[in-house]
Amino acid sequence: MKLNNDIVFAAIKRQFPDAVLDHSEPHGMLTLETTREQIIPMLVFVKNDPELQVNFLTSLCGIHYPQNTDKELGIVYHLHSFLHNFRFRIKVFFPINDPVIPTATTVWPTANWMERETYDFYGVLFTGHPNLKRILNVEDLDVFPMRKEYRLEDGTRTDKDDRFFGRDGHVGREFD
Amino acid sequence: MPDGYGGEGFFATSLSKAIGLARANSIWPLPFATSCCGIEFMATMGTNYDLARFGMERLSFSPRQADLLMVMGTIAKKMGPVLKQVYTQMAEPKWVIAVGACASSGGIFDTYSVLQGIDKVIPVDVYVPGCPPRPEQIIDGVMKIQELVKNEPLRRRFSPEYQHLLDKYQIG
Amino acid sequence: MQVQSYFSSLDNFDGELATLNLGPTHPATHGIFQNVLKMDGERIVSAEQTIGYIHRAFEKLAERRPYNQITPITDRLNYCSSPINNMGWHMTVEKLIEVELPKRAQYMRVIIMELSRIADHLICNTVIGVDTGALTGFTYMFQERERIYDLFEEVCGTRLTTNIGRIGGMERDFSPRFHTLLKDFLKTFPKRYEEFNRLLERNRIFMDRTIGTGPIEGNRALEWGFTGPNLRAAGIDYDVRVMEPYSSYEDFDFIIPVGENGDTYDRFMVRQEEVRQSLRIIQQAYDNLPQGPYHAEVPDYYLPDKDDVYTKMEALIYHFKVVMGEVPAPKGEVYHAVEGGNGELGFYLVSDGGRQPYRLHFRRPCFIFYQAYPEMIKGSMLSDAILTMSSMNVIAGELDA
Repeated sequence: MKLNNDIVFAAIKRQFPDAVLDHSEPHGMLTLETTREQIIPMLVFVKNDPELQVNFLTSLCGIHYPQNTDKELGIVYHLHSFLHNFRFRIKVFFPINDPVIPTATTVWPTANWMERETYDFYGVLFTGHPNLKRILNVEDLDVFPMRKEYRLEDGTRTDKDDRFFGRDGHVGREFD
Repeated sequence: MPDGYGGEGFFATSLSKAIGLARANSIWPLPFATSCCGIEFMATMGTNYDLARFGMERLSFSPRQADLLMVMGTIAKKMGPVLKQVYTQMAEPKWVIAVGACASSGGIFDTYSVLQGIDKVIPVDVYVPGCPPRPEQIIDGVMKIQELVKNEPLRRRFSPEYQHLLDKYQIG
Repeated sequence: MQVQSYFSSLDNFDGELATLNLGPTHPATHGIFQNVLKMDGERIVSAEQTIGYIHRAFEKLAERRPYNQITPITDRLNYCSSPINNMGWHMTVEKLIEVELPKRAQYMRVIIMELSRIADHLICNTVIGVDTGALTGFTYMFQERERIYDLFEEVCGTRLTTNIGRIGGMERDFSPRFHTLLKDFLKTFPKRYEEFNRLLERNRIFMDRTIGTGPIEGNRALEWGFTGPNLRAAGIDYDVRVMEPYSSYEDFDFIIPVGENGDTYDRFMVRQEEVRQSLRIIQQAYDNLPQGPYHAEVPDYYLPDKDDVYTKMEALIYHFKVVMGEVPAPKGEVYHAVEGGNGELGFYLVSDGGRQPYRLHFRRPCFIFYQAYPEMIKGSMLSDAILTMSSMNVIAGELDA
């Protein structure tokens, strides 16, 4: 049976009636939002369900919305079912003061380094991860650089004068 | 050929010039290739732009046996200490060529994790700009290194100015 | 599901384990990654990797650059086949702004992408040869790569990090010299490629070195998130060009080569065959290259003609706005994947209506499949581990981003 957004949404809603908080279809891809308590059961369900047969976790990344209070940090899971050629994404949001979420490595081992990268960039703590430490930045970096409040450039560099780059020390987006 | 007095079957010149000539035409480079410039280096070592014509036939991957450290590609802050260690392991006399914009000054990556030029950690002799530089440019940089090697006085490495340079980088 | 523990099998050996640092700078690891190996004599018991030695913060950099200035950043992901990264990014933005390209522009893109795929696979396979000791293939095939570089130079001006194409099409039509060079390439490259193939394909020494080294089983590869030639060598025929055709790939007739065991020999042979299939695609695209414009009408993102800029007011304003990066993109989020040299290269773009992306995430295939390396080399000898790493085609730029 050919899957489409409605069938998949109905199947997930049937299994988790109160865990699907929001759903939309930007540019045709089904996007669901759920809570961090229900995300792992949802991933296990879509992987093992004989109708959906989602066998591939394409990508796992973090995102930071500083304006949404209590839902600043988010994780976006992109999933793909090879047999039905169907892609969709699931998002989970949680507050920045409590950035804890269970790990997805129990469902797919490929999430291992993706979660380490998200920890490195956003400071999200994945409970149950076998080896959660920084992967791309230096080990002793004490900030989480992808968060919006941190600047891109190295603040200690001496050879480039910020005034000539249109940046005079203020953080944020230059063109605003 | 350097200045000197020649005749039938002999040529007399100063010792530093003779040694400089020998050194310049048989440099053993250490290719420290990190990213895209490394692929251009592979093309330079290939048959079309042969670098072996200039005496660099034998690449040495061990710092102990190398003369020229060719740093090609971006050096991140995580890599800085490794680069410094490789440089200190090289034996005198040694030269450094920074190939590419990232090695010279950080390039287009003006970010928190990229070292803005390797001359923050080690002294550099020749900078080759480009992103990535064409093989002809890399060969031009190598020829400039050869000029430096040819004309270097023998006692330079023991001079106080050189020691002061190394102290600036906290090496040795 | 067993959680991976790197130092798990310390209990069935006799004697002491040696710790060997296959350190960041090593002649055989083509790129900068570190592996700390625990060895029992010559056999590897376990490995732990450290990466991030050229982390250049692409994702943060992309949040501070307008859309057309992100293309040079995507170049430096998998720099052996940078046109594919460029085209993938352009297609992502075109998906966001919902513009459809004319057929000629799509065919031109296909030709450029397949040429860069050939260049990437040539590097990987010749380097497998070099690591087994066969340097001849490397020297001969790099001359052929110079011809591909000449083709790129005709289109965009540079050899390696190309910044080719524009959002909305290509920057210029193919020049007459490009047609001559491409016809010459298509005529003479296959014969020279077969010479390289004959050197290694049925070579007894090469086969003994590579068959059985670094195997991975198909389903296990899926769990680890493999895509691209590494997954196809393990037996699963997943190719983004066939599953979700982009840029008119559905018009072309090509097969997807698939291996059996997922070992180094299969990866080598899959890449060899993919080069031949890429040549087939280029031949079909070039023979059927349609007439028409080489770019779509997107005045917001595509620079107007220089004659118009000097004479008309709107063209001047558009030119200024595009170059200074002052064009806001529509709000939305889009995920687009292309088949890169190593697998599914994905771009997840979130736009909040501003002039720069709000979030751009690169799904980098090298980063994802390199995780499985300790499992693939467990129990093998050190020289086999080196071969496995070079056959996986790990490009440091894509690993660290």
